[in-house]
This record gives sequence, structure tokens and C-alpha cells, in this order.
Amino acid sequence: MTMTPSPAPIATETNPAKSLAASRKPFGYRINAVGIIGLAVILAWALVALFAPLLIPHPVGEIVDFDYFGPMSDKLWLGSDYLGRDMLSRILMGARYTVGISLAAVTIACFSGVVLGMIAAVAGGWIDTVLSRFLDAMNSIPSKLFGLVVVAAVGSSIPVLVITLSVIYTPGAYRFARALAVNINAMDFITVARIRGENIFYIIRAEILPNITGPVLADLGLRFVFIVLLLSGLSFLGLGVQPPNADWGALVRENIGGLPFAAPAVIFPSLAIASLTISVNMLIDNLPKKIRDRSA
Amino acid sequence: MRLNARAFSLVVNRLLIALVTLTIVLVAVFLATTLLPGDTATMLLGQAATPEAVAGLRQAMHLDDPAALRFLRWVFGLLHGDLGTSYANNLPIAQLISGRFVNSMKLAGLTSLLAVPIALTLGITSAMLRGSVYDRCVTVITIGVISVPEFMIATSAVLLFAVYLKWLPALSFANEVHSFSGMLRVYAMPVITLTFGVSAQMIRMTRAAVIETLDTPYVEMALLKGASRRRIVLRHALPNALGPIVNAMALSLSYLLGGVIIVETIFNYPGIAKLMVDAVATRDLPLIQSCAMIFCVGYLVLITMADIVSILSNPRLR
Repeated sequence: MTMTPSPAPIATETNPAKSLAASRKPFGYRINAVGIIGLAVILAWALVALFAPLLIPHPVGEIVDFDYFGPMSDKLWLGSDYLGRDMLSRILMGARYTVGISLAAVTIACFSGVVLGMIAAVAGGWIDTVLSRFLDAMNSIPSKLFGLVVVAAVGSSIPVLVITLSVIYTPGAYRFARALAVNINAMDFITVARIRGENIFYIIRAEILPNITGPVLADLGLRFVFIVLLLSGLSFLGLGVQPPNADWGALVRENIGGLPFAAPAVIFPSLAIASLTISVNMLIDNLPKKIRDRSA
Repeated sequence: MRLNARAFSLVVNRLLIALVTLTIVLVAVFLATTLLPGDTATMLLGQAATPEAVAGLRQAMHLDDPAALRFLRWVFGLLHGDLGTSYANNLPIAQLISGRFVNSMKLAGLTSLLAVPIALTLGITSAMLRGSVYDRCVTVITIGVISVPEFMIATSAVLLFAVYLKWLPALSFANEVHSFSGMLRVYAMPVITLTFGVSAQMIRMTRAAVIETLDTPYVEMALLKGASRRRIVLRHALPNALGPIVNAMALSLSYLLGGVIIVETIFNYPGIAKLMVDAVATRDLPLIQSCAMIFCVGYLVLITMADIVSILSNPRLR
């Protein structure tokens, strides 16, 4: 299954709220330098994930170095792995799995969480109670453990990973969206809409959703970080992406034998993960306050 | 502290929710491990087994019973302390787990002993000096630690202490401890790694809790009447922030459960998480079930405690 992750969801982190604001304020929002750096790194990784096959200097499976755990050199910029394969190519290709799977999972998780959250907030009553109880219970299963048990039970494949990761992070997205939607739901224009006789789906789509988009997108960014970390953790345990494919976590696992020699093969995949997750955090932390918490 | 009726009912309510959650978790763990494709009896006996042998084993293991019955039998077994038998080596699971459990608890205990004072000090001081260079450094470092995977903290610790400084061995085996320095060498690396992760979480939450209290009107009042910064924090803010802080401690200790899985694997530490990861590799289902239940119960106890503490410490409910 090839997942071509589009940079769009991350890149538009700010855009919907921006365009919303643009109609009110001519200049839109300003993001400070740290946020811009974060955004740039995220965009760079997104582009790498999209165009990896064109960028890699050597085929990922080809053994190009007779030495294993080779050092960084002119020919192999990031050294070679435990079989003498080019590490740079493997990291670039690994971006596809890490970014792609996480993006797919976070999209599903946030979509279902937000839709359920809005329904719960607007419908109220027993629907709200049942959904909240059930998802809170789901939330109290440790995430890594849930992943371990599911993978042990059904085996690891990319669709299973995407679904497992999204199931794990749906309750969090639900809780967040519900809290926001409950606040909006108490406002006068919702009452007016109800009096007009609008149905629940109209209220959700036209009245609630536009008012929670900004914080929900910021939350999506943070949840993306959690998913990247969990996916890498699972892959590191050998339960995530399976060989011959490898995401960044799996690359660390493959090359963990190089740790005593401080081989670049074990250091750089970790750095790749860190650069992605820290950049997303940097971007989210430096988003204008208005986008981040509309509830305040 | 006298509990009034409302706080009492909230606590009881929270305990009931924990019980409901436990039931859901039990069902989820059972379903996840039972819905496996492939027949357990065939798997145990191998490809060459005769159909009669497979049928016999199925009967002996009660595999032909309906799932609901097997579920009840499993739960009753758990209640009586009977965790079943491992598929891989036919040993009782209780025996496999007990020693490992003690090892893991040692790791968790040492980490808490180290992490709690560090996190409290850094969290409270950085909240007091909000906006200073010191506070910014603490914030940047904690965000950095939180947003990298646990195995990266572990590999960095190995690179630093074992590869470059050569102070500690890269792997740890808890069974060969003879002296204090030996113990130090074995536990140092896993504990350092876990402490980093746990304290980072704790510092952030403690800092947030203290800052929230420092923003309240009564702290402003104390400031206006001329109290020193020390007095404001120690006498006015901290007693009120205690509930949220303890809440934060319990929540961050639950991070241990996730961290320990990675840390025990990477350092080859013979704890319960390593046992579980190995069980996943050999698809030893009863063992996975039991380990998963231990983790879930631990997690549930911690987050329930966190909630109950925050209910009890809310002065409005006293």
C-alpha cells in the first residue's frame, strides 16, 4: 500500500483560521521566527516524503559499502547501515512511512474524534453520556500497551498500524473537540439556529465547526507528534513497519548494534524523528494565541 | 479533613467509573487475544499433529467452549490468582511473572525516588521565576525531552555515558548484583533514561499548576500587602497548588508504564515489560494477557488516584 502523504494538512495548519480571520483583519496573523523555522522543517520533510524516490542517491535495498556501520563520507553522506546499505537513502525513504502512516492515522483519529465530539456536545443527553464514558474508558488503556496487544493479536501491517494508531488517539481528539463544542453550543447564535428549526447536522456543520477549526487543527498537530512517537516506539520494538520496509523507528532498531561504535546509522534516524516532532511543537507553540485556544 | 457528602459521592462515582473501565479493559484484552486467526491447539502441537491430538488438546484447554464462558473462566482465574500457563514453556505464569514484577517495581521505585524531588524543585522554581532565562531553559529542555521518542533518550544516554565517557556498561543484567557499585552500574542507565522522561512531564505539569495558582486574586493580594516572593509561594500558592501537583505526579508516573517497555527492551533489563515484548514475539497469549492486565491495572490505579486526589484537594468540596 503506497501512502503518498500530501503536505497539505500540516501546511494548512494555520490557513483555515487565517482565511477566516482575513475577512475580518486585512493583515492576517503573524508567526514569529521560531514558528517559521518549525514550519520550514515540516514542509521540508513533507516534500521529502512525497519525492523520496527521486531524491535517493542509491536504491534502498542495494548494498553499496563493503563495510558495515560505515562512517560519514563524501560518497555516503550518512554512512552505511548494518548491511552496508546507504543510510541517507534509507532515511529519506523512511520519511514516507513515518510521515505517511502518522498523517493518515492522525487524520482519521481527529476526523472521527471531532465529529463524535460535536455530535455529543450538540445532541447531549444519553448519546453524550454513553460516548463520553466509553471513550474515557478507552483513554485509560496505556497507548503503547494497546498497540502491543493489537499487533500481537492481528500481526503488523500498514493498514493495521494506521487503524490501531487512530483508534488509540480518537478518545483524546473527542475529549478536546467536545470541550470546545460545549462552549460554543452555549452561545446565543446556536439557540437562534435551534429556534429557526435547523437540524443537528446543519448546526454541527455551519455553526459549531467553523468556530472550533483553529484549536482543532492545533490539536491535530500535537496529536501528530504523539502518533509519530508511538509509531516509532512500536517500530523500534519490531512491531511497527516490517522489513524490508523501514520507518525511522525501525531504522534505529535495525542498526542498534552500531550503538557501541556510535555509528551514524543509529544516530541519524533518531535525529530525523526529533527534528520532525520538535518542529511541529515549535510551530504549534508559536501559533498566534487566537488560533490556539479559541475557547479562552 | 472531613469529607462532606458531595466530595464523598464524587469519589465513589470515580471509583465506579474505574470499575467500569476495568471491565471494558478486561473484555478488550480478552477479545484482542482471542480473535486471533489460527488455532491455538494446532499452533502448540505443530504442523505434524494428528487431528485426534488437536481435538484432545482443544478439549483439555476448553477451547471449544463459547467465548463468553472462556472469558468468565479467565476472569475467575485472575480473581483467584490463577494466571494460567504459558504456551511457550508450560510454566505457570504467576511463577514467570513474580520475579520480573519485583525487578520492574525496583526500577519504577528508584525512578520515582529520583524524579519526584527533581521535578518538584525545577517545576516550582521555574514557575517562581517565570519568564527568566532559567525558566526558558527549563521549558525548552522539557519540551525537547517530551517530543523525542524514549529510545532516543536511552540511546543518547548510552552514547554519552557508555561510549564517550565510558563510565557505565551499555547493557544491564539485574541478576548479577553483588555490591553497591555493581547495583549502581546496573541501574544507572535505565533509571537515568526513565527519570528524564518522567521528570520532563512532571516539571511541565507542576510548573503549570503553580503558575495557575500564582495568577489567582489572593496571590495578587498577598503581593499587594507586601509579602516576600518566598512567602507568597510557600505560604499562599503552594498549599493551594498541592492538589494539582499531586495529580500531576500520579499522571506522570503513568508515563513510566510506557517508558519502561522501551527501556527494559533496550537495556535488556529482566522486567515485566521485557517479558511481555518477548511474549509478543513468541505469541504466547496467556502471558501477554496477564502482563497487559498488570500494566492496565497499574495505569488505572494511578489515574484514578490522580483524580481522587484532585477531588479531595478541591477546597470548594470540603
